[in-house]
Amino acid sequence: MIRKEMIAMLLAGGQGSRLGVLTSDVAKPAVAFGGKYRIIDFPLSNCVNSGIDTVGVLTQYQPLRLNTHIGIGIPWDLDRNHGGVTVLPPYEKSDNSEWYSGTANAIYQNLNYIDSYQPEYVLILSGDHIYKMNYEVMLDFHKENNADVTIAAMPVPWEEASRFGLVITDENKQITEFEEKPANPRSNLASMGIYIFNWSVLREALVTMSEQSNCDFGKHIIPYCRENGRRLFAYEYNGYWKDVGTLGSYWEANMELIDLIPEFNLYEEYWKIYTNSDTIEPQYISADAVTERCIIGEGSEIYGQVYGSVIGAGVVIGKNTVVRDSIIMQDTVIGDNVTIDKAIVAENVSIGNNVELGVGEPAENKLNKSVYSFGLVTIGENSVVPSGVKVGKNTAIAGKTTKEDYPEGLLAGGESIIKAGDIL
Amino acid sequence: MKALGIILAGGNNSRMQELSNKRAIAAMPVGGSYRCIDFALSNMSNSHIQRVAVLTQYNARSLNEHLSSSKWWDFGRKQGGLYVFNPTVTSDNAWWYRGTADAMLRNIDFLKRSHEPYVIIASGDCVYKMDYNKVLEFHIEKKADITIVCKDMPMEEDVSRFGVVRMNEDSRIVEFEEKPMIAQSNTISAGIYVIRRRQLIEMLERSAEENRYDFVNDILIRYKNMKRIYGYKIEEYWNNISTVESYYQTNMDFLKPEVRKYFRDEPKIYSKVDDLPPAKYNVGSDVRNSLVSSGCIINSKVENSVLFKKVFVGKNCVIKNSIILNDVYIGDNTHIENCIVESRDTLRANTFFSGGDGIKVVFEHNERYVI
Repeated sequence: MIRKEMIAMLLAGGQGSRLGVLTSDVAKPAVAFGGKYRIIDFPLSNCVNSGIDTVGVLTQYQPLRLNTHIGIGIPWDLDRNHGGVTVLPPYEKSDNSEWYSGTANAIYQNLNYIDSYQPEYVLILSGDHIYKMNYEVMLDFHKENNADVTIAAMPVPWEEASRFGLVITDENKQITEFEEKPANPRSNLASMGIYIFNWSVLREALVTMSEQSNCDFGKHIIPYCRENGRRLFAYEYNGYWKDVGTLGSYWEANMELIDLIPEFNLYEEYWKIYTNSDTIEPQYISADAVTERCIIGEGSEIYGQVYGSVIGAGVVIGKNTVVRDSIIMQDTVIGDNVTIDKAIVAENVSIGNNVELGVGEPAENKLNKSVYSFGLVTIGENSVVPSGVKVGKNTAIAGKTTKEDYPEGLLAGGESIIKAGDIL
Repeated sequence: MKALGIILAGGNNSRMQELSNKRAIAAMPVGGSYRCIDFALSNMSNSHIQRVAVLTQYNARSLNEHLSSSKWWDFGRKQGGLYVFNPTVTSDNAWWYRGTADAMLRNIDFLKRSHEPYVIIASGDCVYKMDYNKVLEFHIEKKADITIVCKDMPMEEDVSRFGVVRMNEDSRIVEFEEKPMIAQSNTISAGIYVIRRRQLIEMLERSAEENRYDFVNDILIRYKNMKRIYGYKIEEYWNNISTVESYYQTNMDFLKPEVRKYFRDEPKIYSKVDDLPPAKYNVGSDVRNSLVSSGCIINSKVENSVLFKKVFVGKNCVIKNSIILNDVYIGDNTHIENCIVESRDTLRANTFFSGGDGIKVVFEHNERYVI
């Protein structure tokens, strides 16, 4: 067996419940982003661009979309004779059969996978952040410091520091202490959930801690390493990094792509983001369409007006329809004379004619006010919105809705329609 | 599948003007995101043909680059796959391919070592969708020796650059004239043929003995009365792109919804994927009735045009009735009308290009400064 210097383990099993109906049927890493990508494309492409050719993707929650997307890894050049991408779901064992109960537990259950490559280092990534990072540079830092563990950390504004898990370092960037969401932060370096471990160190920690329930990197493995006198270093990262954990931050991160020169630039030649897309044909902008300040994916047909929006591939926007400040994901079809204001419409949704999304004043969402806020209308994938209805702000729609679901043709602000279950 | 495929992609045509300086016609970008050969290749793949040879000769760098991996058309297989045959010097031959028949003859081992009973021969410079199995069924039903796919062109179209055929009521071809001065009919050969593999080997070897090298003139036309040659009509969209006018027209056809839908519906046309970000429209962009491909950034007016991948349009430009090929940078205040702009061009700011009543091929050699 050829040894690999470093392999990556990508944690992609989380639901991302704060994305509400967007993740009711898909794992968060498989949620669409930026017109043609899915969130997992960013860490995967970073791996390939950093020269890492062996990636284990740990899946658990609703993995179908993720599996189809990754396939054998062709779009990322991860279809390799040795290494490449491997999807690692939880599996049945002779003595016990358990789900992945925590981030570190998931890695522990795949010790054999990592051992088979005999790596020197293991890179732990999570599949739900938007950023570009050269892990090779981080590895160099790790080697230079003769570190056992290196944690990527980024400076955050001091006034927001108390919302993060912080690392406190000495002048050599060696970590002396951790603080989890402290009231009075002593540092502004926030951990990004990206770790490089010496495999021998991580392996020892995982095996020792294997009885720990819900074994987690931040809560158990890192503290264990520190208590046992391992050398922990913080690698400071100063580029763009976005956690798209809530509908608000997800919407914002998409909208930032529209800026004239976006902070996060997808148009860079030498750090391409790769993705798996079936649609390759150009988009059509009709004679009476308007497209201003927006990005639009392949194969879309625009007959209406689009302002300040991110439109996915294969989307149809009908005549006299106005879409503003919204995210429309791939293969969604929007009828004529529709007005959409500040909405997130997931994949393969059908919206009839004369619909208005995002009307009236925002009201607190009655189903889950912490998820559905920010004044957004959120529509889950494969939903149907009938013609002629109005939908208020802070609302959520999932499933095939009919006119009867909208009292007097209106879904007032703060209300939700969630039609779960299989439909015949 | 009972057939193997051969795609003839070696040709050049002076009527492509400067456009063919850079590449073989089969490698011409078409419809915003394809290369011309993608149509024949995807048709082969979608017809479940497993073994396909592409014969190249003229200026094949761009074409070879496009075909560097066969997986995009699903030809990355252990059984069969995609074969690219460039002319090579051998102990008994130091010539280039002297014609289409010669090109096949020089790779006759490929034909002899295959076991499929039939061969589908297609040219790489046509834009169409076709299930070759239908033609093969027709071929077997008619007990034909050779079947030629034919297309009825509009009456007003000048067909003198094609092979013109006349069929009888049984679809048998009774007349075949290559590039006639005055055409006797408006039915033309679409450059797609079905023939039994052993029959093809025999005909190629016999022509070689007589020093004849062209498949159309030396085989089809000579054997016209001796062999049973039938015509299968293609009723759907078909176009050949090997003149500047027809290349322009074929691309403009993709602005029509029915043409776009026809090519977008299953079975799909595959191409090499470029990993470009979605197209971006900044303030000032005013795009009307146009096709825009991935990686484009637009800051001004574009009308009735086809923008290929990664085109940058600066501020206050007007682009009208034009085709802008891949990776073109257009500086501010530039006016382009009735033009085809060659790929990787850099058009300076404040310039004016117009094709007048015709179509102008714009071919600039400016340096591009990338920050």
